[in-house]
Formats: sequence, C-alpha cells, structure tokens
Amino acid sequence: MNLYGNTKKARLVLENMQSFEGKLIGYPHSSSGEVVFNTGMTGYPETISDPSYKGQIQCITYPLVGNYGVPVSKSDPRETLLESDKIHLHGIIISDYSVEYSHSTGIESLSSWLYANKVPGLYDIDTRMLTKTLRENGTMLGKIIVDDNDLEFYDPNTDNLVQQVSHKEIKTFGQEGKNVLLYDCGCKNSIITNLLDRGVKVTRVPWDFDFNKVDFDAVLFSNGPGNPEVYTSLIEKAKELIKTEKPILGICLGHQILSIAAGATTYKMPYGHRGQNQPVMEGQSNKCYITSQNHGFAVNDENLCEGWSTWFKNLNDNTNEGFRHKSKDILSVQFHPEAKPGPVDTTFIFDEFINAINKISKLTRS
Amino acid sequence: MKKILILGSGALKIGEAGEFDYSGSQAIKAIKEEGIETILINPNIATIQTSKDLADKVFFLPVNPEFVERVIANEKPDGILLSFGGQTALNCGLALDAAGVLKKYNVKVLGTPVETIINTEDRDKFTEKLAEINIKYANSKAVSNIDDAIKFAEKIAYPVLIRIAYALGGLGSGICRNKNELVELCEKSFAHTNQILIEEYLEGWKEIEYEVVRDKYDNCIAVCNMENFDPMGVHTGESIVVAPSQTLSNDEYHKLRAVALKVIRHLGVVGECNIQYAFSSSDDDYRVIEVNARLSRSSALASKATGYPLAHVAAKLALGYGLYEIQNTITKTTSAFFEPAMDYCVVKIPRWDLKKFNRVSTTLGSSMKSVGEVMAIGRKFEEALQKALRMLEIGVGGLVANKNIRFNDLDDSLLKPNENRVFAIAQALKGGYSIDYIHTLTYINKWFLYKIQNIVEIQSKLSKIAQDISPDMILLAKQYGFSDDQIGKITNIDPSQIFSIRKANNINPKVLQIDTLAAEFPAQTNYLYLTYNAAIDDIIFADLYDSTIILGSGPYRIGSSVEFDWCCVNAAKTLKNMDRKTVMINCNPETVSTDYDMYDALFFEELTLETIREIYGKINPKGIIVAMGGQVPNNLSLALAKNNMNILGTGVENIDRAEDRSKFSDLLDKIGIEQPEWKELSTKEDALIFAKDVEYPVLIRPSYVLSGAAMSVAFTLVMQLWSFHHKEHILKP
Repeated sequence: MNLYGNTKKARLVLENMQSFEGKLIGYPHSSSGEVVFNTGMTGYPETISDPSYKGQIQCITYPLVGNYGVPVSKSDPRETLLESDKIHLHGIIISDYSVEYSHSTGIESLSSWLYANKVPGLYDIDTRMLTKTLRENGTMLGKIIVDDNDLEFYDPNTDNLVQQVSHKEIKTFGQEGKNVLLYDCGCKNSIITNLLDRGVKVTRVPWDFDFNKVDFDAVLFSNGPGNPEVYTSLIEKAKELIKTEKPILGICLGHQILSIAAGATTYKMPYGHRGQNQPVMEGQSNKCYITSQNHGFAVNDENLCEGWSTWFKNLNDNTNEGFRHKSKDILSVQFHPEAKPGPVDTTFIFDEFINAINKISKLTRS
Repeated sequence: MKKILILGSGALKIGEAGEFDYSGSQAIKAIKEEGIETILINPNIATIQTSKDLADKVFFLPVNPEFVERVIANEKPDGILLSFGGQTALNCGLALDAAGVLKKYNVKVLGTPVETIINTEDRDKFTEKLAEINIKYANSKAVSNIDDAIKFAEKIAYPVLIRIAYALGGLGSGICRNKNELVELCEKSFAHTNQILIEEYLEGWKEIEYEVVRDKYDNCIAVCNMENFDPMGVHTGESIVVAPSQTLSNDEYHKLRAVALKVIRHLGVVGECNIQYAFSSSDDDYRVIEVNARLSRSSALASKATGYPLAHVAAKLALGYGLYEIQNTITKTTSAFFEPAMDYCVVKIPRWDLKKFNRVSTTLGSSMKSVGEVMAIGRKFEEALQKALRMLEIGVGGLVANKNIRFNDLDDSLLKPNENRVFAIAQALKGGYSIDYIHTLTYINKWFLYKIQNIVEIQSKLSKIAQDISPDMILLAKQYGFSDDQIGKITNIDPSQIFSIRKANNINPKVLQIDTLAAEFPAQTNYLYLTYNAAIDDIIFADLYDSTIILGSGPYRIGSSVEFDWCCVNAAKTLKNMDRKTVMINCNPETVSTDYDMYDALFFEELTLETIREIYGKINPKGIIVAMGGQVPNNLSLALAKNNMNILGTGVENIDRAEDRSKFSDLLDKIGIEQPEWKELSTKEDALIFAKDVEYPVLIRPSYVLSGAAMSVAFTLVMQLWSFHHKEHILKP
C-alpha cells in the first residue's frame, strides 16, 4: 500500500501567474488549457470522460476523489458507464486522491486510467482556493507543468474543438423504430442510451454531415466543447432544419447552436455552470428541477426570433436554460437531461422529444 | 393563519434529544418571521425553545393528547406542527387526530398530512404504498409454523434471517442459508415462541440515508446523502456516519436519490423527510428500510453537515411556501431550491456511556444505546475521523496512540459491532491483519479500511522517525488529523515542542467556511471549521477582533446535555444585546448552540487546548467564557490560562479551587465550613488506612469530574478496592 502515491511534484500555473504546487497522478507530461471548476460530489469517471471538457483542465471541488476507481471503457455506449471512449480533457486538479479504491465496477485506479489516456492530474492542491480564484477572476487559462517542461498557454475557445471530438464515421445504434439523426458534437453516451431506451434508432453522424444524404425522423444536436459561434456551418444546418417539420432537440452546445440559428446570441460566462446541483425553473410555473450542467457559454434569449419562447431559467443567476418553438416540436435545453453525472429529474425532456417524433409519424401515416 | 401550535419532544431520552430543540426552535423562528403567533408545548425546562424570547407562549405541560387538547381548547390555534418534536409529538398528533380533537377545534395539520404520517408509521400500509410504485423494501413476514416459514423463505430466497419478537439479546434468532438450516432453527425457535419473523438477510449491505424535501408544488430536492461506516445491522444512530456518501458511484447515488424523490412524492410529504436504504453494490440492488416523515436526528446532522437549514425550510414549506420562494440563508443571494455541494467531508460518531451501567451489553445492534454524538469536518476522511474521535471526550487523542484502549479478543471486537470497533480496526491493521480479512469480519467497505490504514501507516512512520521528526512529516501528520499530543506521544517529544516546531515552520490550520455551494457563490455567514488541507483562510479575522469566545459542552452524555446549550445560547444573546461580537466553539450537531445564525462566528470544532489556542491566536478575542459549557470548558480553563488566553468571569485559580477536591476541602476548613472528614490520597494502601480510621462507609471522589463519574460509596474493603480500580481506569487513560 502506498499512502503517498506518486510523490513526483508538478505545478499548475494560471495566466495571472498564480502557481499551485501538487503531486502528480496520471501521465507525467505538461499540458495546458482553460481551467474550470466542477462542484459535483460524485461521478468523476463520467465527468472526466465527457467530451465537452475538451481543451479544459478541470478542478474538482469535492476533495475526496478516486474512491471507487474507474469502470470499464467500451466503444459501444450501451456497454460502459463512461461517457465516451477516451478522456478529452487536458488535466484534472484534485485535493485528496484515494490511491486505493474499492468498488464492484472499478477495474482500474483513476491514475492508471489517466495514464492510459495520456492525461496528467494534480492532487494535494487547495482546490477551494483555486475555485475562489476562478470565481473572482473568471475562468483562466492555465498549464500543468511537469519536470519544468514549460509550454505556452492554450485557449481552446478559438479552436474548432467539435471537429476534434466528433466521431468521423457514421454509426447506427438500435435496429428498429424511428430514426434520430444525432449530430455528434462530442456527444455523451448517455444521450444515445436515453434515446435507445425509448425505442428509437440512433444514427450518429459527424458534426459536418450533410443531412440530405439520409432519411431521418428527428434531429438531436448534442453537447460538445467550445465556443458555439465558432461552428458556423453547424449553425447553418440548424437554420435549415428549423425550417422543416422534423422534431429537433438541442442539448448544451446543441442548445446554443439552435439558439443562434433561432436569432439569439451567446456570450461567455465568467466561470460557467459546472456541477450537479443547478436549479432551473420552468417558465412562469412553480415547477423547479435540479439539473446537471457543464457549460461556459450561455444564451441571451432577449433577441430570440418570433415564434420561440423561453422554457427554463436558472434560479441562481436567471440565465437561460432552455427554449422551445411555439408551434413546432423544437425543444432545446442548456442543462443535461441525460444526467450522468447528476440527477435524473429532467429525463422527461427525452420523453417529450420521443412523443413528438411518434406524433409526427402518426400524422404522416394517416 | 394567525396562531400556530408547536409540539415539542418533552424530556430528553435515548433516541430523542437536543435535535428536537434545534428543529422546534428553528420552526418557531421561521413562523414568527411571518408575523404569526406561536404557542409551544414542551415540559423540558432545559431547552432553548422554551426560553422567554422565542415562542409567544410556552406551556410547560406533558406532550400528550389530554394536555394538548386542553391547550387547544383554550388557545384555539389555526394550525399545528407535528413534525418538529420527534416521535413524541408525532404520536401525540396522530392520537389527537384519531380522537377527532383537531377536527373539533378546526386545527389544521400543517406540512405533511396525517394520512402520510400514518402511511409511513404503519408497516403494512407503508409496504403497500411502496409496492404501488414498484419500490423495493426489506421483505419480512411473521409466521407461526415451519411450513409457512419454508414457503416464505423460498419466496424471498435464501439466506434468510430468523428473529423472535420480544426475545432478549437475539435469543433464537439466526441466519439460515438453506432449507435444512431453516428447519433446524425453526424447530428450536418454536420451542420458545409461537411466532417468528422471517426476514431477507441483508447483512453486509451498505446503509445509506437521504434527507429529502418537498414543497406543495411537488418540487423535490435531496439535501444530503449519508453513508454508514458500519454496514446493515447497526442502527444508524449507533453508526459512524459520513456525509456525503464516499463509496457510491454516480449511478448508485442518483438511483437512490431518484427512488427517494419518487417515494416522497407518492407518500405526499410536505416538508422534510428521511429515507433509509440497504444497498448492495455487487448486486446493484437496494431495499427501502424506513421513511421518517418528520425532522429527525439525521436531519439535524444533515443540516449541520451541509449548512442547509432543514428545520427552518420545513417550517416555511408547512406554511405553504415553495422552495424557490425561500432564501438560501448562507449565500443570501440564491434560493432554497438547490442541493448543497460540499467541498469537505463530515464524520459523525455516536457517544456512548455504557460504562456507567453495570451488566449492559456493549454489542451494538438495531436499537439505540448512544446518548449523544459529535460531528467533525475535514478535507480528508482521515482528518475528520480523528477529529471526531477526539471530540467524543472519551479520553482518546485520535484513532491511534491510545494506551487506554485494549482488546482481549481482537477478532471478536471486529466481528461484533461495539463502541470501540474503529479502534480495533486500527489495532488489527497494526498487528498485520489484511484489509481483506478485516472486511470479511466487519463487512465495512474497504475504502474506509484503506483510509484507516493510512493513519496507521503515519503512526508507524512517526514512531520510526521519533526525535528526528521533520516539519514536513509534522505537516503530513496534521493533514491526516493527528493532534500535537498524539504526535508527541508517538515520537516521545513534548507536545509543546511539536507546537513550537509548527509555529516556527508556519504549519497552521486554515479556517474555511461552509458555504453550501463549494465556493461557487460567496458565503455571507461565518460557519467555520479548521483544516490543515488548505493553503489560505476564507475569512478576514479583523472582523472578529475583540470578540468573546464561548466554549460549548461537546457531545451529550449522561450528566451533560441540552442545559449547557441553553446557557451558551443565552450568553451569546446577552452579549449580542450588549453589542459584543460572539464566537462559539462546539462540535455537537444535535443542538441549537451549533446554529450558525446565533453568533458572529461558529467554529464547528474540537474543544481541546490545541484547537482553541489556534482559533484564539487567529481572531485575537477579548477572552473566553468557560462557565457556560459545563465540565468540558471548566476542565480546560487552567490550561487555557497557562497558555496566555484570557478567561472571562471567575478566575481560573478559583475554578480550580472549586474543582480540585483537596483545594476545595482545604478552603472549607480554612473558612470554617463543616464537611465530612477527608483526605487526598494517591495509593490504595493509604486509602485503606484512612478508611479504617474514619470507618466505613466512605465516599471516593475524584477531582474534575462530571456528575459523579467514578464516584462510589465503599461499604466494605472489597468494594473499596473495586472503586479504586475503577477510578484509576477512568482517570488515567
């Protein structure tokens, strides 16, 4: 048993040159990206395997990490608890790392999983101090420096990150049912499994796919990393699809893409929403939901085109959390109804989407 | 709604203590804020809720249907709160409802409806309700013959547990892994009784709890989940508990959370409720054990663990508010509709006083024996665990290096849950037991055992280094929750020297805030704890300069309970009225005295010289009040003064003169006040001689003790020897 883990030291340096020294887990090489914090208390394997973190270094505010190891990784979403088949983020920052883990689904330690994915992690860091720094100054660029191998700061928000995380090949999941065309912008596995559980077929296509090439019944724009304004071709596709009568669902980045297509704008938030306890309220109702979130950009819904209405608002800061079309079946949410990690209170979004698909197909049949 | 009646929980008893003073007090405050008149019935004079300035009217009457009806007849309240006074208030409310009293006087039950309460309290109705929504519960059935036993066992599948109702010490109960074993045990059991209970055997399953809240609009949140260190079989009140859960994966955590929300919605709770599960990771399976549709000790713990004021919110919900309409009292900018994100972990340990009773079994099980509890906060499990053990005031300096805890049969101490089992684990690891073997004996999740092993490893490293200890090693030990005393004991260095090395090398604890949102939003309150696993302090100490520190009384135990919370809270109120800043240090989660809104700052911390000294050094207060927290602060006063801390009130030399039996008796002699003949003695032989001189019976009385611990009347020589032995045992840990 190795209480002290790897005692190799490394440090995190922020763009304001603030430096945090810690100990290394995972892969021993320097790495840079945008430093963000996540307040979820459980589900580090799901969070770390979420492609939306591409280009980011994630600080986990809950201090005890690694407790139950990491489950098996598989490329088929139905065969794994992870959210993608590799780690896309650029590093993790934690406080107390559990060298020894214990769980029936754990097949390896967090450190060995990070190592296999060539991602460095730092522990023994005052993550609360780092979080407060990010809260007060906003998200910052940062770099993990190992063995004094310094490197340049890297701003992921100018890059086309979706291109880097979107699967290149078309893949179909499920045999029967209506066909949902899934624009993979860095799609989490749980979105696919939530659709499959509701009896539809999913065709996962690359982010730049031309939808005229296939037949489909509905479209889903998935979550993904980066600045939505960068993805102009995707926005154009969304504009065209909005004109059709197909049911559409947007989630997270997909929501932002749809919102720009619907006339709204997006902006960068000071430190984003990343966690499993974000409260949202539905319209003018009394209905509130706890949601899982992970986004650094938000939608300004003031200039949504005619025909659209705001659906959800964040109870903490009143930011937009979703909108829908007044007459068409176009639904769009900023939060993650598929959860994982996080509460499953809003899976009804998928039900509504599927109901819309079934309704449309009934109409066309009759 | 103009006038609301609140039922208290009456006398403190095992399983029903200060937590209901906390929940009742918060409810009264929450209702008064709305301009509604409050009436309280509670005969317990030692509680804060019965203080003058809380409820508009207090009736010191028994909480039973007869008296409560008379109060209702006279006062004619519009509404009644049943869920803030524990089982006592709940049962009384149900009886009043059944007797038609509430209807007769048109008193509305606020919050969770009576029907829901009945559905959670009546086992048959409860399981029926759960079955309606396909929720699994622990299967059990009472049978009166072997055939029925076999039939039911086969239905729920082996292994099964047999229990005999009303049987003392589990007589005739046992585990059956197949039909043969069942028949054999049934034959034995039916020789004693005509009815046995066949139950699903869930031993080794994890025990998990969720505190959930629902408003009248059907909005639900899970404020906190907690994991028992001790697996199924030990009452949650008897278990070491950690919050949040540590060994559940995301899917497990949120599956149980979803079940909790489904259950609370189906039952129709409005307010707060606690749901307990048995859970197996390897089988990916769960059972609901029970639901408490009222505030409980667990909810008090969850409130203190997260900073989410459950009782306050539950009272507002009972008045008809939606969760989103209530303010988060810590951030003051966000609403109560959210789930706290903790960036620390919390460990609760029960406090037992079993040694005060002869012939009481020390094995823990499904009924409560503990009389109090402590909660410790840390950024490592090891840190919180060791802090909590010190807080218990049982003479231990942490998990390891305790000379007074020994085991005759280590395997037995691991196998049978008992108050010292956590120490037995450390002892076993030190003795070379493998984690796997300890897990087999205890079923305690290996993650917890690995953490305990870390502490044991540091101890062995410290004892090897001994005098050559480096500042880095001290820092590491501090991060894992070792006290200066503990490090001193292990390394054979005077603790004051460890302290000096720390100060010379800037190894100091940092003060962090509990903010409910893991630093995502700034906190406006000083709900604080100390940790060595942080680099900077959260607060500016100048704000607390010249404040008055009040020391609390720590965990409830026999002879020290809610009365000292009353003293502390009232002292703080008085100081506040005098425009003095107040700082509280205490570690008991089941009390009003650890409500952060009572003071300018609350340190949820150890009542030890080391911790108080660190806090004192940081905030530079006017001084410390030791007279409000009972024996614990009194015992500390000399040491605090010796280390240059200003004690307010009675001077330490006079406290000492009252506490030290010899000095006290000396004083009485000097001023001519009569007292029994006495002598201070330190050996058995001298005691025997003295006793012979003054003639039996004699009283043996140690100094600085609480309500006669280790005091005995010695009638005979044999008795006296026993007493002396007993005294040494307790006084020299």
